[in-house]
Amino acid sequence: MMGASFVKDRLFPVMTILLAILAIWYVAAYSMNAPFQRDFDRRAGETRTGTEFFMATMSQPKPTMPAPHQVAENLWKNTLTVKPWSKRSLVYHSWVTLSATLLGFAMGTALGVVIAIGIVHVPALDRSFLPWIIASQTIPILAVAPMIIVLLSAIGVTGLLPKALISTYLSFFPVAVGMVKGLRSPDVLHLDLMRTYSASRAQTLWKLRLPASMPFFFASMKVAIAASLIGAIVGELPTGAVAGIGSKLLAGSYYSQTVDIFAALIAGSIVAILLVSLVDLVGRLVNARMGAKTP
Amino acid sequence: MPETVISAQNLDLTFETNDGPVHALKNIDLDIREGEFVSLIGPSGCGKTTLLRVIADLEKPTGGRMTINGMTPEQARLARAYGYVFQQAALLPWRTIEDNVALPLEVMGVDKATRTQRIRSNLDLVNLSGFEKKFPWQLSGGMQQRASIARALAVEPQMLLMDEPFGALDEIVRDHLNEQLLKLWAKTKKTVVFVTHSIPEAVFLSTRIVVMSPRPGRIHEIIDCDLGYDRPLDIRETPEFLKIAHQVREGLKAGHSYDE
Repeated sequence: MMGASFVKDRLFPVMTILLAILAIWYVAAYSMNAPFQRDFDRRAGETRTGTEFFMATMSQPKPTMPAPHQVAENLWKNTLTVKPWSKRSLVYHSWVTLSATLLGFAMGTALGVVIAIGIVHVPALDRSFLPWIIASQTIPILAVAPMIIVLLSAIGVTGLLPKALISTYLSFFPVAVGMVKGLRSPDVLHLDLMRTYSASRAQTLWKLRLPASMPFFFASMKVAIAASLIGAIVGELPTGAVAGIGSKLLAGSYYSQTVDIFAALIAGSIVAILLVSLVDLVGRLVNARMGAKTP
Repeated sequence: MPETVISAQNLDLTFETNDGPVHALKNIDLDIREGEFVSLIGPSGCGKTTLLRVIADLEKPTGGRMTINGMTPEQARLARAYGYVFQQAALLPWRTIEDNVALPLEVMGVDKATRTQRIRSNLDLVNLSGFEKKFPWQLSGGMQQRASIARALAVEPQMLLMDEPFGALDEIVRDHLNEQLLKLWAKTKKTVVFVTHSIPEAVFLSTRIVVMSPRPGRIHEIIDCDLGYDRPLDIRETPEFLKIAHQVREGLKAGHSYDE
């Protein structure tokens, strides 16, 4: 698995795409920053060579489009050169967002599983509940999030929980839909088999439906945890920008700190990649424990 | 005379489908006594599997009466009177072989020590000792089906209901499993109801053969097949065997003729 094939099969394609993105990014940064630089130089009466002009577009303090190395430098400075618990640290802000994400994800997953179990076992719920669940997801979260935050703060609930609830709202849906499919995935033969044992519904659920739903469970959790992160970030936007990746994004846009915005976005992406990879890893471990046909 | 364990009187079953009603079983009268090995044979659509499923309470008859040990099929199912072997092994892919055999025992609340003992003895009975920790996909089709027979036997039912258990296997494996099943039956003296569409299999295994015919599914003829408990594979070349096989074939032909 490791060694040559890892480099060839995994690293090479990823690096190719990364290089392509960086190239496009640099081109975009130059062409978007150039008009401002030209304007600036004309007013200052400065004449530059082509190379000097290019370098200037790459190092503006508040660029329209920050160059990759500016973002990388900002990330480096705000993660590794400051204490992780300082307010300037992206690690601190990521942690704030992450804790809301994880709480919301846990609640959303639990809610999704409970709803799915209900839908699979109670025909009335199947008919009455599913349309509402789907409708709940058509409401733009950006419109709902401030209302939730404001309403909850009016009754004295502030801090982690309101953000986590927005994550819950976004993450229960993929889990519910995936688990309904997963819990219904055992074939008739296995259901007949449980019937010949006179198994109760609870036994059929524990010994047949839930184990059979595991692949669906992990697939939907991957979607749900990414949705949870988005929920937590959106939840941080209207909280008066105290802490979290969302607040960094908001502060960055208030003060036109485009480099900060991009650094916060990258920090958010890294958290997302870590979370999805973690769910994937746990999924693989569970799969292996359940005797999956993998070498 | 041993006691009657399965009794069907004037049994009817009609499925309501989108293309109108399908008469799956019509006027079924059948008594099966304790310790018998009864095969249900017939072309597809003759209701042999349906009849087995009615005995197992997987289908409800729409008319007539069915009793198992004097109980309704549902009571018998709740009393766990039978072990059912399906056409496919139907092992749970995420359970090892021993855990698959343990499944019905777990459902029925059998304690751990008894479970361990029954897993061992039943896997031994079907010659699967040493495969306890394997997952189903690591076993051949024949071995999987043997594991599913061990699973059905593990609950120590009074009767075994088998729905073409060897239908998906090749002839060589099938012969082998037929022999093993016969030995098992001779040893345990369980009542067996066995669905098949193979004439040699039916004659080789059974004490009685129920020949069924389709549209509507009904019993055409019941043929006695008294070859004794000890039947080596070579018995299939003896005149007695061939005579019964011929009789079954004629029965199948007659039952089928006014259809096509």
